[in-house]
Amino acid sequence: MKLRRLIGFNLLTAVILGVVGFYVGWWLGHLFDAASIDYFEDTGQNDIALFIAYFTGVVGFLVGLGFANYPVQRMLGKPSSLREKETRGAGRYFGLCTDHKVVGIQYLIGIGAFIFIGGLNAMLIRFELLTPTQHGWNANNYLTLVGLHGTMMMGMMTSGIIGPFANYLLPVMIGARRMAFPRIEALTFWLLMAAGVVLMTTIAFGGFPTGWTGYAPLNDQANMGMDAYIAFFALVGLSMSLLGLNMIATVITMRAPGLSWGRLPIFVWGVVSTSVLMLLAAPVLISVLLMVMLDRTAQTGFFNQAAGGSPYLYENLFWVFGHPEVYVLALPGMGILLEILPVFSRKPLWGYKLAVTGMLGIALLSFLVWQHHLFVSGINADLRPFYMLSTELISLPTGFIFVAALGTLWAGRIRLTVPMLFSLAWLFNFLVGGLSGVFLSDVPSDVTTHGSFFSMAHFHYTIMGGLLFAFFAGIYFWVPKMTGFQLNERWGKVHFWIMFVSFNSTFGPLLVIGFLGMPRRAVTYAGYLQGANTWVSVSAFVLGASMLIFLANFVYSLVFARVPAGSNPWASKSIEWQLPSPIPVHNFDRIPTFGDDPYPYGTDAGVAHRPAVAPARPTA
Amino acid sequence: MSLRSHGGRIGALTVIGTAIVLPLVIFVLGPNMPPGDWTNAGKSQVFDNTVLLAVMTPFTVFILVYIGYAVTMFRAKPDEELRDGPPIRGHFVSQVVWLVTTTAAVLFLAIFGSAELFASNGSGGGSGPNPIATPGGNVLPVQVIGQQWEFTYRYPTYGGVETAELMLPVNTEIEFHVTSLDAIHSFWAYQLGVKADANPGVDNIAFVKPTKVGAFQVRCAELCGIWHGYMFDTGHVVQSSQFASWIKQQRQAFSAVQRYLPKYATTYSPDPVARAG
Repeated sequence: MKLRRLIGFNLLTAVILGVVGFYVGWWLGHLFDAASIDYFEDTGQNDIALFIAYFTGVVGFLVGLGFANYPVQRMLGKPSSLREKETRGAGRYFGLCTDHKVVGIQYLIGIGAFIFIGGLNAMLIRFELLTPTQHGWNANNYLTLVGLHGTMMMGMMTSGIIGPFANYLLPVMIGARRMAFPRIEALTFWLLMAAGVVLMTTIAFGGFPTGWTGYAPLNDQANMGMDAYIAFFALVGLSMSLLGLNMIATVITMRAPGLSWGRLPIFVWGVVSTSVLMLLAAPVLISVLLMVMLDRTAQTGFFNQAAGGSPYLYENLFWVFGHPEVYVLALPGMGILLEILPVFSRKPLWGYKLAVTGMLGIALLSFLVWQHHLFVSGINADLRPFYMLSTELISLPTGFIFVAALGTLWAGRIRLTVPMLFSLAWLFNFLVGGLSGVFLSDVPSDVTTHGSFFSMAHFHYTIMGGLLFAFFAGIYFWVPKMTGFQLNERWGKVHFWIMFVSFNSTFGPLLVIGFLGMPRRAVTYAGYLQGANTWVSVSAFVLGASMLIFLANFVYSLVFARVPAGSNPWASKSIEWQLPSPIPVHNFDRIPTFGDDPYPYGTDAGVAHRPAVAPARPTA
Repeated sequence: MSLRSHGGRIGALTVIGTAIVLPLVIFVLGPNMPPGDWTNAGKSQVFDNTVLLAVMTPFTVFILVYIGYAVTMFRAKPDEELRDGPPIRGHFVSQVVWLVTTTAAVLFLAIFGSAELFASNGSGGGSGPNPIATPGGNVLPVQVIGQQWEFTYRYPTYGGVETAELMLPVNTEIEFHVTSLDAIHSFWAYQLGVKADANPGVDNIAFVKPTKVGAFQVRCAELCGIWHGYMFDTGHVVQSSQFASWIKQQRQAFSAVQRYLPKYATTYSPDPVARAG
């Protein structure tokens, strides 16, 4: 028993077994290197070995964390002795832990680190684009930076809000003590971390030239760095679908007595609609990447036109996943927005049913629009009016979210705290993002804007301006609850204003630059765009610097200042704020019962949940 | 102040704001929208962009005015005791008004966009191998072949001559046939308002009629590998007589290599294995 304590299972054993597993797989893969397989001779690259190495490496990593203990013990008929690590110690943050609150904080730090790396890539890209000609990186490194930035962000941010905030808060919000599948919950996090490291290994194999979309036949032509992209996105897809499954199962089965669907906090609805998308879209991604893997290793020809396949097939399948994916990024942000606005307007959520309809409507419609990414590709040209219509229809449910937000502000008593500022900025950014999206949905207008910096700026307005601003709103709002310490309000405001202004002065001009004829992902651009691009680069550097302000504030407030936040610093009436900060291990002593109103502002009822929530016993 | 008069003020500010911004959008910004008036496709896109901007303007003005007004007027005073706002949970009429206006705008945009798409023969966008909307009368077919990492051009009505530069006669309906030999490229002739993906094995057709003479920028708009950023070119729209003499000179210059070229076809298969069958 003592020996087991010493050697793990924790992050250290996981890393050791992961590295060992990688090299064992690498060695195994090279046993295939027979002269009979001629493409090894032709290309000098052994994708089979690399895929096996990634697989064994990830399996080793998970075994090292202790994911195999429970099933193996059960298989051997022994009583399971899984240390759930639910009770105490900082060590539980560095290993397999099934406490949903620990997983939430693991997600916050882990995803934060990868967002930081993705952001650094963006800085390096903007450094190159300071001048029209190539001056910083060689063409291959530039494309790798573009691909790493896009893939890292699109992959990691799928769980950017659901990961930290839904894992931490959703069980509390529905009056549960845990998620439906706690071990799967931990697995989603560690899969994502393994995926992030796998993606970084692309640097050792020459990078990949395809951007985050990974179009065929370029993905077949690319060197071994491409395999990292495939393994990364497949792992992310697996993590996403498991996360979605877990969330849906939790909300369906674990709601407290009296908490019917119409009484759920709106954030829970945001999580549910996102989870439906994750569960249904991510498997498409996994399958299409397996097909790419087979094209690259077993020499199948799914996407090889010369061998009877079709690059269109890849484009179609990728965007069947890819468009729901961008709403996976947007919907949780809407949930956070509508959760925060009532608190700082001191008003009930306006148009609750409308907002729920909006979220579900977005989720449904997002499956019907994918070919708007292919308007000029020549595929199904006669169907373009349909996709134009379905795409523009999405603005109706999105409008529901907006009108619910506007209605909540109406006649409120608005307090401009940092989370509220980020929420209002969300409204502005997403408005710009949504309106620029209309140009991309309209085919004649899309002819010029497709594949240009305009479309790039558009989705940065919706993803960075939407998701990342909501992410920060969530951090400033809930981190006091999660840690028990206040974040410094003044530095939060400094961070907000610098970020908001520099964000708009980065991506606003990029909308114009796109319209003026600058294609995406090109290392050179026309000379007449230099002034605007230099302006954008400088703004982007300021935007990057604002993240450092946040980081300094975060570390200062939580490590050095440590001002206790109290249980309810925002005077919110939602249930999570009626519990101590941080929330104790088993959440509630007694499972609470819920009244009919999730946002009882302006009524005499006070806190709807309070009578039912016994103060939780401090756990030793 | 009553809530009704707050509403009246927001309404009035929206109307005033729209009355100021809308003419600017329609008469100043709209006509100057890219890609310009070089071609029928470009003109249709400018018109489209103007209409989109005009439809968006009232909604944008309303939302911005509303947020600005709410944050200013409904703001709690800093030293004020924390009080709740009125428990308003919805308002049937405003929800219906919002639903009806946004639905009307969306349906209008979708119908307008589709009509404009067909009226302008695809508005310069790649419309696949069998476009429904085609210009009547004489067209000049020009094939654009994308390969890593350059575009070349073939003129099937001039013996299938293949050139490294793109020359087009003015006031002639051009029928671009865009295809690729390897990865997916995208042929983007910016000033012409033309963009069509170049897919291997696919004949992607786009129509455009240039009405002005001058040089235009051609760029690849789909990531196609390491030198994607260098896949650009300059094309020219010239007078018909100039085009005739240029194409004649090209045919002479390339007559020696013409017989080594594959016969003109809508798609090509550079893969030797596939070509052998």
